[in-house]
Amino acid sequence: MAANPQPTINVRFAGLGGTGVIKAADVFAEVVFLRGHMVKQAEVHGMSQRGGSVQSDVRFGAAVHSPMIPDGACDFLVVLEPSQVEVVRDGLRAGGVLLTPADIAAAKLPAAKALNVALLGRLSRHFDFPEHAWRESLHAHFAEKLHVANDKAFDVGRTL
Amino acid sequence: MHVSQDPSGRLLLSGNEAVALAALHCGVALGTGYPGTPSTEILESFGALGGRAQWAPNEKVAAEVALGAAFARARVICTMKHVGLNVAADVLFTMTYSGVDGGYVLVVADDPGMASSQNEQDSRRYAEAAAAPLFEPSDSQEAYDLLRTAFAVSERWRLPVLFRLTTRVSHSKSPVQPRVPLGTPLADTGAPPRAFVRDIAGRVMVPGHARPAHRRLRAKLAELQAWNEAQGPNRIERRGRALGIITSGISYHHVREAAPDASVLKLGLSHPLPLKTIRDFAASVKRCVVIEENDPWLATACCAAGVAVEAKDDAIFRFGELNVDRVRRILAREPGPEPAPLRSKPPELCAGCPHRSSFEVLKELDCIVAGDIGCYTLAALPPIAAMDMMIDMGAAVGMGLGLRHVLPRAQAKRVVSVIGDSTFIHGGLPGLVEMAYNPPATGHVLVILDNGTTAMTGQQEHPGTGRQLDGTATYKVSYEDLARAAGVRHVFTVNPVRDKAKFKALLAEALRKDELSVFIARSPCILAAGRILAWEKELKAREAADGEIPGAGPECAGLSES
Repeated sequence: MAANPQPTINVRFAGLGGTGVIKAADVFAEVVFLRGHMVKQAEVHGMSQRGGSVQSDVRFGAAVHSPMIPDGACDFLVVLEPSQVEVVRDGLRAGGVLLTPADIAAAKLPAAKALNVALLGRLSRHFDFPEHAWRESLHAHFAEKLHVANDKAFDVGRTL
Repeated sequence: MHVSQDPSGRLLLSGNEAVALAALHCGVALGTGYPGTPSTEILESFGALGGRAQWAPNEKVAAEVALGAAFARARVICTMKHVGLNVAADVLFTMTYSGVDGGYVLVVADDPGMASSQNEQDSRRYAEAAAAPLFEPSDSQEAYDLLRTAFAVSERWRLPVLFRLTTRVSHSKSPVQPRVPLGTPLADTGAPPRAFVRDIAGRVMVPGHARPAHRRLRAKLAELQAWNEAQGPNRIERRGRALGIITSGISYHHVREAAPDASVLKLGLSHPLPLKTIRDFAASVKRCVVIEENDPWLATACCAAGVAVEAKDDAIFRFGELNVDRVRRILAREPGPEPAPLRSKPPELCAGCPHRSSFEVLKELDCIVAGDIGCYTLAALPPIAAMDMMIDMGAAVGMGLGLRHVLPRAQAKRVVSVIGDSTFIHGGLPGLVEMAYNPPATGHVLVILDNGTTAMTGQQEHPGTGRQLDGTATYKVSYEDLARAAGVRHVFTVNPVRDKAKFKALLAEALRKDELSVFIARSPCILAAGRILAWEKELKAREAADGEIPGAGPECAGLSES
């Protein structure tokens, strides 16, 4: 587990519709859930699917109440779209971890669309969940034909 | 649909998925509804799990189909978003009088904060107004568990019940421990399931039958209220005596986090209210605050019953959804203004969306556009900014006609009603009939944007796509035939992308005439195009093989023979 004194760990994924925000949050929530944690995931569908701002919060720990992270309480903020970094930055607590596309060597990605998976790889470095748990969740959430490329993208983020 | 399951059998489900699973485990015979964010995934999940799920043309029809099934002693769910309940309200207000013989749960998903809606109306008021029991789950486990309770209540009191979700309950995921599936509806009463038993006085709501039915309804509610006090799905969590909070739904979780030391009365069945429980709880704490989203419905009911509770400051907190920070501010009686929200990027039409082309034409012709609800409503935003009004499903037609009736001629000639395919089927059809029945002196032009799917809510099927909820081929409604049958002589089908210039020329010509014209601007949603084209190909191959379109041929043959 990340060194964090708070009872609830708050991870927010942010970006624009179509960048894989909700998929990334789904993958992460399953990793956490299958390690036995209480987990809640909040997301907004609908109009936000049409290229607008999208956020999905994943909160986990021994007990989680609201599914939405309070203002300025994100321990991790994973931003999938460069233009959204400044928009959502205030959500991060002091000392929280910000991960953005700038943290990923884009040239090494098998496909530009796999950025969300690479950022999950980057995020995975902050937790001591076993690597296979991440890969299993990735495989469960994507079509089989994408597994090889996603494994590669995950490595790009995880083994900087 | 992938669902995470841990070794102990817990599932990570959204509230909508939890309702679907519970419906399956309750032996629900039929799920029907109309798509609408945030309710859409309930029926989709129910169908994916193996339940019988159907999209209806609109919520009113869905509620009526469900009612017939419930008269036949089946368990049914009917799903819709909050504004859909306006459409189904006519059924709701009288089916509480007649009651039902099976189990009837009408699931309505409110959208506080309007993530994807045109208003933030509060469905709790419908429960009170229509005298329907109202359940309010706060997370996925409760959505699962309370649906079972909702059926038990519906069947015991023979009443349709409302099951109110909100966006954050519908779309948040949390763990669910499934339970043993329920038995057959009404198995304990010994009545045969799914049988028709005549009850004319109970189901034909003429005044002579409805008067005693209203009294029966009120008696049922009084009984249910007593049950709710004694053993309803409400609970008191005793902590400090300094602060007590009465709440329900998602607000409960914000409260637990914002005020961990407060005692809490959490309501699961909030109509009819357990007023004695509320009164006793309020008296047991020094300060009692009601925390609820949007309307002060609960606080007003408490005050009307003479219970001293504090309400949120509605000058600030009536607007938008609540969260932990806002609940903290309510409890601290913090004056406004609130911190400014994020500068989020608004949505826009997809690159390559056929609606772009249609609205470019409307803009080039300087049309006054009475618009409607769907992806194409985004054409009201810059840079297109070519829609002038949008209020409710189907309103494009009526509003356009009203404008035409009273505007000066030069302006009236520019008015066009623009509506999507699914929305036209849902609420535009009566408008089409009105158009031919009371034609404006300047004529009128109706454009149906047919992209072959209910795109905005995530590409659901509808009667105009010729496909059922699960993709099964069925009869495909023809907008062209409907327009002609209603009495419109000029009916054009155009591809607004491929034949944009032709569309523009025809539309300009139609606007010049003082006659009625209907355009079907047909070009598939780019997100659904692959599926639509594959289906068309498959259908053509089948037609070539057995010369029959499902649902079409045999009926016509039957008519000509008789």
